[in-house]
Amino acid sequence: MTSTSFDVERIRKDFPVLSRELPGGRPLVYLDSGNSSQKPTSVVETMREHLAMHYSNVGRAMHVLGSESTEAYEGARDKVAAFIGAPSRDEVVFTKNASEALNLVAYSFGNRSNTDPRFTLGPGDEIVISEMEHHSNIVPWQMLAQRTGATLKWFGVTGDGRLDVAEGVITERTKIVSIAHQSNVLGTVNPVADVLALARRAGALVMLDASQSVPHHPVDVAGLGVDFVAFTGHKMVGPSGIGVLWARGELLDAMPPFLGGGEMIEAVWMDRSTYAPAPHKFEAGTPPIVEAIGLGAAVDYLTGIGMAAVEAHERELTAHALGALGEVPGLHLIGPGTLEQRGGTLSFTLEGIHPHDVGQILDDRFGIAVRVGHHCARPLHLRFGIPATTRASFYLYNTTGEIDALVRGLHYVQKVFA
Amino acid sequence: MIGESMYQELILEHYKHPQGRGLREPYDTEVHHVNPTCGDEITLRVRVGDAGTIEDVSYDGQGCSISQAAASVLHELTTGSTVEETLSVVDEFTRLMQGRGQVAADEDVLGDAVAFAGVAKFPARVKCALLSWMAYKDAVVRSAAR
Repeated sequence: MTSTSFDVERIRKDFPVLSRELPGGRPLVYLDSGNSSQKPTSVVETMREHLAMHYSNVGRAMHVLGSESTEAYEGARDKVAAFIGAPSRDEVVFTKNASEALNLVAYSFGNRSNTDPRFTLGPGDEIVISEMEHHSNIVPWQMLAQRTGATLKWFGVTGDGRLDVAEGVITERTKIVSIAHQSNVLGTVNPVADVLALARRAGALVMLDASQSVPHHPVDVAGLGVDFVAFTGHKMVGPSGIGVLWARGELLDAMPPFLGGGEMIEAVWMDRSTYAPAPHKFEAGTPPIVEAIGLGAAVDYLTGIGMAAVEAHERELTAHALGALGEVPGLHLIGPGTLEQRGGTLSFTLEGIHPHDVGQILDDRFGIAVRVGHHCARPLHLRFGIPATTRASFYLYNTTGEIDALVRGLHYVQKVFA
Repeated sequence: MIGESMYQELILEHYKHPQGRGLREPYDTEVHHVNPTCGDEITLRVRVGDAGTIEDVSYDGQGCSISQAAASVLHELTTGSTVEETLSVVDEFTRLMQGRGQVAADEDVLGDAVAFAGVAKFPARVKCALLSWMAYKDAVVRSAAR
C-alpha cells in the first residue's frame, strides 16, 4: 500500500460477506461493485438498530419515536450534504435511486406548470446527452423529447473510450446537457469543465449522473459548478432504495413537484394545493426512512476512511489491472488504457468467447463475481460493434490479489474454449 | 464444480463447430428472435418439403456458447424429420429446460440435446438454450399457416 493509513485487510473485515464461502467451498471474489457495492457492518447495524428501537414515520408523528426517526432521517440529509459539498442541506433531495433523480429533473422541463424560461422546452429546442450513458440517463430524455417535440442530441465516444466533446453539438437551442461523471462501462471520467463551459455559453443547464463517481472519488458539487447531480446509495456501501438528487436551490424552487402526495404539501384544498419548500416538495409519501439513515451511515463510513484514500487505493488497483489484463492474449479493453481521468471499472472482450460464458465460468469455478452483458449501456456497445462485455469494477475493499485471481480465471476460461 | 456440468464437452463441440450455420435458400419462413436480457439473437429459416419433412433449418446469430450450441443441435435434430416429429422434440426439450434440473431427460427423443440437461439448473441461462428452439417453433407454426 502506498498509503500507510489505508489498510485493505482491515477494511475487508468491515464487510462480513467478503469472508463468506460460496457453495463448493469457493471464496468470494467480488468485482461487481459498479453494479452494486457490499455493505459494512456499521451500515447494517445502524439500519437494524433504527428498525428495532427508533422506527416511526418521519415529519408527522408527534411522539418520541416520530421525533427520533425524523432526526435520524434529516440527519442523514445533513451527512450527505456535507459529503458532497452542498452549499445547503435543503438542496439534497432523497429519491429512491439515481434513475428517479434523473426522471425528476427531466420532468421539470417542457412542463406547463413550470414557466421559468430555463425549463421551457419545445420543438426546435435541444437536449444533449452522450453515447456512453447508462440507460437511466438516456431514456428519461428520450421520453422528454417525445413529450415536447424537442430534439435529442448526443456527444459521441472516441475509439479509446473518451467523450468526444465536438463543437456544434451544444448550440444556442440547447436547454439541458446531461452526462455521466464517470462511465459505468469504460471507467472514463468525463471533462466536466469543458462541457460546462460549452453549456454555459449556450445558456443551458447541466446535469451529471454521478452514480459511478460519488462512491469512488471526492466529489464537491459546488466546485464542479453544475446544476444537477444524481447518485445512488447502493453503489456507495449504502442500501438500495435510496438515491439523491442535488440541485442548486434556486432551481429546485423553480421546478414543479414530480410526485404528489403526503408530506410534499403546504396546504391542500379540494381544487388546488400549495407545496412545501424543497427538499420536501420532491419527497411525496413516506420516504425510504431506514434506507436514508443507512445511507447516512455509509457516508460516515466512507468519510471515516477518507475519499482521497479510497480514490488512491482504487487507482492502485486500476494500475495493477490495466497491466495484468493487458497481458491476457485476445483480451480487448473497451475504454482508456491509461490511468489518466479513469476510474476502477474495466470492461473487455475475450476473442471468440461470449461474456456470458466468461462470467459463468468465473463464478462457477472461482467464485469471481463480475458483470456480463451491456451493463445498461446498449448504445455504447453498439458504438463499439459488440453485443456485450465482461466488466470488473473495483472498490475500497478489493485487492491486487483478487485481480490476479481474475486473470488466472480468464486463462482458465480460454482453456475451456480453446 | 457446477460449471463443468453445464459446459458439457458436446456443447463445447457444437459451439466450436456449429452444424448447419449460415442462412440458406430456399426457405419458407424466416424469423428473428432476441433475448433482451443478454442481447443474444438469432435469425432462423425453415424449409418444409411437400411431404411435411423439414428439408433445411438454417440460421445465423450471435450469443453465448449455450445459445449457439443449442441452435447447432437443433439443426441436427430437425433436418430430415417430419414437422410433427420435430415439434415433439421441441416440447421435450422445453420440458427439460424448464424443469429446474428436476426433470429426467428422454434420451430417445432428445439425442444430443440431453447434453443441455445441466443448463436447466441455471434459470438465467435457460433462455439461452431455448432461444433457437423457440424461434424454430415459431417459424414452423408460421410456415404451416401459410
